Formats: sequence, C-alpha cells, structure tokens
Amino acid sequence: MSLDAAVRVQRGVLHVELDVHVEDGEVLAVLGPNGAGKSSLLRVLAGLLPPDGGRVEVDGEPWDDVAAGVHLPAHRRRLGMVFQDHLLFPHLTVTDNVAFGLRTRGAGRRESRAAAREWLARVELAEFGSRRPGELSGGQAQRVALARALAGEPALLLLDEPLSALDARTRLTVRAELRRHLGDFPGSTVLVTHDPVDAMALADRVLVVEEGRVVQAGPPGEVARRPRTDYVARLVGLSLLAGAGEGATVRLDGGGRVAVAEPASGSVFVAVRPESVALWPDPPHGSPRNVWPVRLVGATPHGATVRCELDGEVPLLADVTAAAFAELGLAPGAELWASVKASEVAVYER
Amino acid sequence: MRGQPRRRDPGIPLPLLVPAVAAVTFLVLPLVALLIRTPWSDLATQLTLPGVGQALRLSLLSASLATAVSLVLGVPLAWVLARSRIRGRGVLRALVTVPLVLPPVVGGVALFLVLGRQGILGRWLDETFGLTIPFTTTAVVIAETFVAMPFLVISVEGALRAADARYEEAAATLGADRWTTFRRVTLPLVAPGIAAGAVLCWARALGEFGATITFAGNFPGTTQTMPLAVYLALQRDPESAIVLSVVLLAVSLATLLALRGRWLGRAGAAP
Repeated sequence: MSLDAAVRVQRGVLHVELDVHVEDGEVLAVLGPNGAGKSSLLRVLAGLLPPDGGRVEVDGEPWDDVAAGVHLPAHRRRLGMVFQDHLLFPHLTVTDNVAFGLRTRGAGRRESRAAAREWLARVELAEFGSRRPGELSGGQAQRVALARALAGEPALLLLDEPLSALDARTRLTVRAELRRHLGDFPGSTVLVTHDPVDAMALADRVLVVEEGRVVQAGPPGEVARRPRTDYVARLVGLSLLAGAGEGATVRLDGGGRVAVAEPASGSVFVAVRPESVALWPDPPHGSPRNVWPVRLVGATPHGATVRCELDGEVPLLADVTAAAFAELGLAPGAELWASVKASEVAVYER
Repeated sequence: MRGQPRRRDPGIPLPLLVPAVAAVTFLVLPLVALLIRTPWSDLATQLTLPGVGQALRLSLLSASLATAVSLVLGVPLAWVLARSRIRGRGVLRALVTVPLVLPPVVGGVALFLVLGRQGILGRWLDETFGLTIPFTTTAVVIAETFVAMPFLVISVEGALRAADARYEEAAATLGADRWTTFRRVTLPLVAPGIAAGAVLCWARALGEFGATITFAGNFPGTTQTMPLAVYLALQRDPESAIVLSVVLLAVSLATLLALRGRWLGRAGAAP
C-alpha cells in the first residue's frame, strides 16, 4: 500500500515533471516557491486535473495512466483533501460537513452523523457540531476540514497549504494537532507547502520543487542542514556557496576561499549559518581563518537580531544583535570585515 | 446650498443633473398619474367584478406555471452554460438570449408556426393526439415561458459563475459525482440567485402581452390575462382599466421589494 506517481503536466509555460513515491503512513512534504508546480501535482493526484502524461497509482490501483487511457475521476478516488481556505460548505452544519463524504459513499444519514461526531470529538470540536462554518474561527474551520478529509478513511491524504491561511499563533496549535493526526493516519500523505517549518515539523521526507522539477529530496533535517539550492538555503536561513574542495580550503566558484574544518575535495557546497558570522569595522586579528571584506547591502530585523545581507567576494548573511548593529553604526554601503570560524562552516558534496 | 462647505458633495454637473431629473420624472409621473386617477372609493366593487378576479387568477396561475417550467428547464440549461465545457457554448448562449431582444409579438408568431394547427410540431400533435395548443391556457403558459425563461437562465448562469467552483472540487474529493455535487452543494450555494431569477422571470411572465395575444388569443377565462384585460378594458371602460393597472402595479412593486431583499441582503453565497 502506497502512492506511486509520475506526473507530467503542462501549465502554461511551466512543464511539471515530478516523480513521487510515498509509503503507507509516510508524510511527504512538497516544498517550493509559488508557481513551482506543487498545486498542479496535488490537483493531478486528486483527479481534479487530468495529467498530460505519466501515471498515478495508489495501493497498486491505477488512478491515472495516460498511456493506457486510464483516468479515475476525483469522486471515485479514495482520498481526502484539505484546502488552504478550508472550503467547508457554508450551507451545511459542521457535523453535516464532516458527514458529507460518508453520505456520498453510501452510508446512511444517522450512521454518517454518528461517525462525523466521533471525528469532531477527535479534533476536540465535539460541541461545535451544530454550528455553521461561518461561526468558526480559522483554526477551528481547518480542524473540521481535516476531520472531513479523514472521515472517509482515505488511502491518500492531500494537504494543500493547510496552515498558510492561519495567523501565527493559531498555526502553531493547528500544526501540533495536524502532526498528531498524521501520526495516526495509516495511508500516504502528501503535504504541499511553501513554509519550511511546516515541512520540518510534519514530514518524514521533503521534496523541494522548483520550476516543475525536484531539486532536492531527503529527510527534513538533512534538507535543512545541507540545502542544495539558493531557494532552500534562503528558506532555512543559510548562506549557500558552491566551490571546489582543495583539502582544508574550498575555492568558491564565484572567487574567494573558505577554510573548512573537514578536508574536502571535488565539487562541494559550503553552508554558513548567519549567527556564526561576526562583523568587524577593521580587519580582525587572531584565530578566525576566514576573514573577508564585505559591503552591507541590506538589513532586516529578525527577532532580537538584525539580519545583514553582505556582498563581496563571498556573499553572506550575518545575524548581529541590535545593539551591535547600532554600535557599528551600520548603514547600507558600509565597508566591513566578516569572519567565520572554520569549524562553523558546513561542507558537503554537490 | 450652504455657504460653508462641510464635507460637501462635489456636486452633480448641470449637463448630467438636468437629464437625470427629467428621466426620473418621465419614469415616475405616469405611475403617479395612475394613482391619482384611481377611483379609490369604488375600488372594492371594481375588484370584485367577475372578469377582474378571473383575469387576475389566470395571470397568477399562468405566470407561476411558466416560472415552474422555466426553473425545471432553465436551471439545468444555466448549469450547462456556466459549467460544462461543451463546444459552441457561446452560440448556445446567444440563441438562449434571442427571446430577450425579440419583440414578443414575433415570438408569438414563431410559436404559432411551431405549435399552431399547421405548425411543424402542432400538426403532428393534432393528428396523433388530437391536441390543439393555440388559444388555450397551455398556450398562455408556453408564450410566457418562451419570453420569460431567458431572464431566469441569464441570472442563474450569473449566480453560478459568481459561486466559488472550488466548493464543487471539494465535494468531488469527498466522493460526490457531478449530479450529487449539483444537488447538495451547487444548488444550495446559488439558491439566492435562483430565487432572484425566478422572481424576475415571474414578473416578466406576469406582464407578458404580445406573445400571449398572438399565440393564445384573448378569451376571458382561458387566455385573457391581466395585461390583455387592461388593454381591452381601456377601449370600453377606462376606469376599470385603471383599477386593473393599479393591481398589476401593486404586484410589481411587491416583486421589486422581494428582489431588493434578495439582492441587497444575502446576494452572494457567503456564509
């Protein structure tokens, strides 16, 4: 039992070509910027968008097979889907919303409602059953939408940006709840998101998609520690530099050298965490082996620190405290020196 | 006009104001005249005359039947226009809206050519079932439906287009086929739009004159609806024509109020 798909679909100028495999009980996060083809993938899996090529197979049953002319319409797929803005039917009560999928699949009114109430209890909204969706908060509505998707006991659960319409605090609690339910869900789950935190918190595996292609795949921790594209690096807040390993140093493709703690060879990525970068008004003396002249090109508040965007031979991000930022008298265009300890630099194969 | 401008309206330019006032006067004055000349004292006696009640009953009945037929046939047609991907949808929509712009008398003539005794379908109906449609109450309903249904179709199609089709996708992911989705999701979502369309359709059917008199004739009790009765009365007894007109005006105003509530109230399908 699992999802096995090779999706080919043309959306305007975007050619989506994604191969996806999700085991039972596994949660796959598809992470990528807007317009990368994530939603097209999800719509194909749901049967809402017929693919131009490839196939979709769930538990060995073909849902789509373009070559063989197979296309199972959405309503005949055993799936549950949660949309960004919940899409609860406004004219039905919360209970009837959750019971909807059971009714369409042939269960009686009474038994569907009983099952729906059970699901509402599981998302801790038992007492909201007789309300209309319009009377729920965003977080509650999204939990009902989850209950509605899961009530039909689907083989495949599709989550389309399920948390992105929620405010920050609500997102935190709904994310925790979602995590709990995904843990109990026996089928395959595909989560589409552009928020790396969702992907890290909820997924067993992450697929990073850009311009319709997979650019990186792996466990969330791995993707976060060792990004392979600028997009992912920016998402997880790392500076990503490409170069060639020459033992204890890496010669960067863009010029400049980085000293590393572990010997490296061949094509490598170098990743630097912004908090490990120190800024100096004058060239520092002493231990750090990586010292580069840089120019400040941008600064944005980032929690209690200021994230500085630095340009130079080695472009970097640096986090400095607000106090240090003020003390250095930093203004865009300021000429500075940046230093990083070799032991703080991650280096991995490209 | 005050000397001190206090959040003053920028004002309406004179070249717009004068015609606008003229337009309002033009639209309202006849109605005012109607109300002024109404013989309010013997309104009751006039209304209880047998011909009046008969015409009113026939009008209400035929307009309601025409609306019912329009709903049964027109809502599915509106769905096809708004949701299906069949080819030639633009042509189809144009054909459907022809009765909107067609002079109703022409509609009556056209209906006669189809359903009259010598008509394409009419002859067959006459020969096979002995059914004659022209000059019957059925003909009244048919004429009214022909003229009024496009109003319903257009307004329901508009409501369908305005409704969020993603609800229908959500229903599909919950195992609902298109028919179930239509019944359980689409229809309730666009119900206000359908109601507004039905009221519009009913009002149009109620006022129908040209197609009715051409195709159904003017027989008291079977085909003489209120507008026909008004016209006829005007030739013989202007006072009763005024009374009948006031009744129709009252019905129209009630319709407008019902519509206003729908349009300004919960026009959309928002929760």
